[in-house]
Amino acid sequence: MDFFVILLSTVLVNNFVLAQFLGLCPFMGVSNKLESAIGMSAATTFVLTLASICTYMVNTWVLNPLGLSFLRTVSFILVIAAVVQFAKMFIEKTSPLLYRVLGVFLPLITVNCAVLGAALQNTNKAHTFSQSALYGFGAALGFSLVLVLFSAMRERLAAADVPVPFKGAAVGMITAGLMSLAFMGFAGLV
Amino acid sequence: MAFIRVSSPHTRSANTTSGVMAQVLLATIPGLAALTAFFGPGSLINVALACALAVGFEAGILWLRKRPVMFYLRDLSALVTAVLLGLALPPYCPWWVVVVGIFFAIVVAKHLYGGLGYNPFNPAMVGYVVLLISFPLEMTQWATPAGALADGQSLPGIGDALAKVFAGVPLDGYASATALETLQQRGGQTVADLYSSAPIFASGRWAGNGWEWVNLAFLAGGVYLLYKKVFTWHAPVAMLTALGVLAILFYDNGSSNSAGSPVFHWLSGATMLGAFFIVTDPVTSAVSTKGRLIYGAAIGVLVFVIRTWGNYPDAVAFAVLLMNFAAPFIDYYTVPRTYGHSKAPRSTAKRGK
Repeated sequence: MDFFVILLSTVLVNNFVLAQFLGLCPFMGVSNKLESAIGMSAATTFVLTLASICTYMVNTWVLNPLGLSFLRTVSFILVIAAVVQFAKMFIEKTSPLLYRVLGVFLPLITVNCAVLGAALQNTNKAHTFSQSALYGFGAALGFSLVLVLFSAMRERLAAADVPVPFKGAAVGMITAGLMSLAFMGFAGLV
Repeated sequence: MAFIRVSSPHTRSANTTSGVMAQVLLATIPGLAALTAFFGPGSLINVALACALAVGFEAGILWLRKRPVMFYLRDLSALVTAVLLGLALPPYCPWWVVVVGIFFAIVVAKHLYGGLGYNPFNPAMVGYVVLLISFPLEMTQWATPAGALADGQSLPGIGDALAKVFAGVPLDGYASATALETLQQRGGQTVADLYSSAPIFASGRWAGNGWEWVNLAFLAGGVYLLYKKVFTWHAPVAMLTALGVLAILFYDNGSSNSAGSPVFHWLSGATMLGAFFIVTDPVTSAVSTKGRLIYGAAIGVLVFVIRTWGNYPDAVAFAVLLMNFAAPFIDYYTVPRTYGHSKAPRSTAKRGK
């Protein structure tokens, strides 16, 4: 039941993008096309889950025993960068097309604040190993959900007769704001 | 002898935009009448104020966008948005609540996206959700239905109502919890106990005094629109079915944990207004038949989930916005099979280049 609560909380109620406003740059940047959004979601899910696990291990078995918790942020960024590099090589070998589509946004997962956010929240909430992994996975699921839905909507918006000053990212931001309002309806579910 | 020669098509289509919008406006009359009969003239004031403001905002923004003003005003879509928002707002809410709601509905939700036909979110529901989040106090003070008023009290007259809306003169004991709020905050009573003790249920028949008839009136308007073929049955039926099935599953025989019976969920809150006037919006819903079934059912599920376990007593507006967000994605994966092909095309397959 605890796992269900974590998943529900991270995917819907405290959605990383629409409730905590983390990971907004890939949310606006890679949402122009549905295929690239799906690829980005898969890559981010992979990185977020793995990074949550790795940062948990680093925090529990290296930083805490050595009393180096003041190095937490720096070492987390290092771990995340390594995981992203791993994911990059993995995608480059398995799907060169997706690698080209994602382009610069793949290395940018390193600075996706959702990844660091999930890792830091895991330590703040004193999650156990399995809880940390699930928290990262749930955060990635929530990110993927809104990114994929948003990209399908933006393909439709591209054809809309939007007033010139609001074309492109501006109307995207307004849409994200309205979505954020709608996600407030989930308040209280957990 | 002159023969009038007409070329095909020979069926006359009555489905112009303004014709459809006029039918929808006509179909809201029973609901508005029921609201007025049970809650006093508050909803009438809301609707009248909202209509005037909507026409004003629409004309202003069309002028700003350098579009033909009269041409777009004549399609009546702004009036439909205004009436739906006016019906959804609590009666006797302050006038500025209506102003803010109509501004967000017409200007932000509709014209920033390009006007009628381009808006991804239902404008009336955007206005409602913005208001509910921004002004929770004003938005949760619902009027007491006529039958549940205390002895010696009566529904406000038109003069008192106008004074409340425009000058903030308080009305005596007009506000009380809605049926959904009463059920949500019943504190461990069984459903049968609640129905006999709470005034709103005790004076009602199935789902709270007033509410049940308001919903039945909206149902009647919806059936009229179905008969006139303004929309297909798929989305509303899917929504009501999903809501009913979940209500049966969690009815729990009316115990203290019960989430309310299916009849209660169908006939309370904005269920019927949502099912027949909001969910059926052709612009913001999914397009294909299968898509509409999924879209409607998902709204039903979300309404039940948020009503039962969420903070908000009613959830139609949230559920509709959430599924508006998902509608383009649903369309992507429910492209119908075209004649002559054995498989439906995957709309993603041909894109990308």
